[in-house]
Amino acid sequence: MDFNLTEERRMLQDSLGRFLSDKYDHESRRKVIAAGKPYDAGLFAGLAELGVLGALFAEDQGGFGGLGFDLSVVFEELGRAGVIEPVLPAVLTGSLVAENADLVENIIAGEAVVTLAHSEAAARYDLNYVTTTSSNGVLNGAKVHVLNGAQASYLVVSAREGGDDWDKDGIALFLVRTDATGVTITDHVNNDGTSGATVVLDNVTPDARLTGGFAALELAVARGTLALSAEALGAMESAKALTLDYLKERKQFGIPIGKFQALQHRMADVLIEVEQARSAVINLAGHMEADRDTRERHVSATKNLMGRVGAQVVEEAVQMHGGIGMTDEYALSHFARRITMIDHWLGDVDHHLARFIDLSAGEA
Amino acid sequence: MDLNYTDEQQAFRAEVRDWLAETLPREMSEKVRLGKRLTKQDSESWHAMLNARGWLAPNWPKEYGGAEWDAVQRQIFEDECCRAHAPRIVPFGLSMLAPVLMAFGSEEQCQRFLPRILSGEDWWCQGYSEPGAGSDLAAVKTRAVRDGDNYVVNGQKTWTTLGQHADWIFCLVRTDPDVKKQEGISFLLIDMKTPGVTVRPIVLVDGGAEVNEVFFDDVRVPAENLVGEENKGWTYAKYLLTHERTNIAGVGFSNAALQTVKDVAAKVHAGGKPLAQNPHFAARVAQVEIDLMAMATTNLRVVSAAAKGQAPGAESSMLKVKGTVIRQELTSLLRRAVGPDALPFQADYLEGGDNAEMMGPEHAATSAPGYFNNRKLSIFGGSNEVQRTIITKAIMGL
Repeated sequence: MDFNLTEERRMLQDSLGRFLSDKYDHESRRKVIAAGKPYDAGLFAGLAELGVLGALFAEDQGGFGGLGFDLSVVFEELGRAGVIEPVLPAVLTGSLVAENADLVENIIAGEAVVTLAHSEAAARYDLNYVTTTSSNGVLNGAKVHVLNGAQASYLVVSAREGGDDWDKDGIALFLVRTDATGVTITDHVNNDGTSGATVVLDNVTPDARLTGGFAALELAVARGTLALSAEALGAMESAKALTLDYLKERKQFGIPIGKFQALQHRMADVLIEVEQARSAVINLAGHMEADRDTRERHVSATKNLMGRVGAQVVEEAVQMHGGIGMTDEYALSHFARRITMIDHWLGDVDHHLARFIDLSAGEA
Repeated sequence: MDLNYTDEQQAFRAEVRDWLAETLPREMSEKVRLGKRLTKQDSESWHAMLNARGWLAPNWPKEYGGAEWDAVQRQIFEDECCRAHAPRIVPFGLSMLAPVLMAFGSEEQCQRFLPRILSGEDWWCQGYSEPGAGSDLAAVKTRAVRDGDNYVVNGQKTWTTLGQHADWIFCLVRTDPDVKKQEGISFLLIDMKTPGVTVRPIVLVDGGAEVNEVFFDDVRVPAENLVGEENKGWTYAKYLLTHERTNIAGVGFSNAALQTVKDVAAKVHAGGKPLAQNPHFAARVAQVEIDLMAMATTNLRVVSAAAKGQAPGAESSMLKVKGTVIRQELTSLLRRAVGPDALPFQADYLEGGDNAEMMGPEHAATSAPGYFNNRKLSIFGGSNEVQRTIITKAIMGL
């Protein structure tokens, strides 16, 4: 048992942390969003140069990481800084396109964004609901909440080759160029400033049919859930640090508000729960390479806990700040939005609690 | 990062598990599993079995007959004992007084008392709390006045756990009333058979009497029973409390309690189906299980750091709060799982009677008293409110 990072991961954590604290802050992110841009292309290129995307892939795929703890180290730092650049798509699709060496090379270099076009309007958070069809060599259907869909050069699209709408069997995965004939992408801004899109597929000829079906998709989403959970942890650490500073600096009735026991005790609970969140991320990262049932049980346990703790951290941090905590100008607002919206990606608190129960009973 | 135990640690776990399977008497583990009260003799005989194996004092150095395990081994041992429903080892002599004697006591005191703690000859209890000194422990008033070769002790201790069985009590006493309250306290060892010592049981909300009031009326205590220096007792008391807080997370207890809740929920029925399938109940169980999975890792993070020689700070307080919140939630779930059969108060069964004498399913008689009894978890060892204050102050420096 060892809860210390390896030397390589510690170096990655340090260099990424330094890079982000030099180049990234709330003001610069606000300017990008205000200018109507989905993210800062220069910063994204800098992250790629630093090896952030390479850390998400195994050595035999051209990267230098790819394991659970590689993902958690990278995403905790991204979350701490509040990065909105499109690193997560590489986690969601990386394991699905791993056979395509040229494409992976482009992803690692930051030259291609490949994102997952899977969710459909009626699916809510269920992974097995797919009505998009694949027949006679073309895809037809509509996908929602496609992260960075409008900035991507490729989509990994799930489509049904057989079975009914909710069957796990019969789901296949396809690589689709975003500029292919019949692809219509409509983008929007999410509450946290990230970029989402709706994708309509009208008789689209895919570039390739990928190996793997539902099981591969589930693993990709497990990796994505780990990345999101680690990102939420980093964002919680930032929200916590801002709140601790504020409790020391802000004076009311002539003393720092951190002297008030009503706030101390609530802050103590926040501190405890952030440690719980860190443990939950460690648990998921440490079981990412375990057998499917063990891994998925941790996926749901961790995502449930992150959602609960995330809401507590956000609500308490805003409350202890008072009005200033609600302003767009102050960095807390970004972390509050991001932590909260992470609950809405890849399954929320309630979805994963129900799923944890089913998995524990051997029924999912 | 590596969440796996080493080969040596896994072998150690297997050794402990095998030994428990061979040694722990079934009637004893059943009592613990069912939440019945243990007799003095139960505790003494388990104490003797562990001592015979050399596993009674995990944290003691070998020169005093301890096992000298590191923090990870101690955690493994705790986990396995809880899993096997072994009785809790009475901690007052072994893990509270002994570390203080080793650190601050005289060689003569160590030679005199430590072997008797191991052998079980002396049953110790803790004389800390007083009616006016709970969370504010430094407010102790029990007075000890030097008179020749003796101290004369007058006052009262309370909440003295299992004091009714004790041969000795270690006490915080006031030896100087005229200085800052922390600076006038001494650490004194008192023979419970001394004239002037009176023990009176306190019946609690669960119907049992595991705690007592202890009165001192002109009790003459030989001055050689002073530990360390006069008026330095507060230092020793704080040292003791850091030892009391090891295994404060109670992960093993919670794992066993979770299993019990699941077992009961699988057996009892609600709406014609096992309660375990009721979505509201299942959600509460799942949520506490998820919290426990994370807390077990939080605990291992602290244990692993401790095994490498880092002293836990605010982390102990965090584990105390979260660990007790989880344990209390599990006692609440068990009471609800049992349902209407938790109503009857069945004292005979609680005190060790067999299943045939009990109304209702397993745990019917013990779930409500267990729930009531475990309200203590967030009160003792520094209440959870005291712990929250410690956490925030330590981290904010305010």
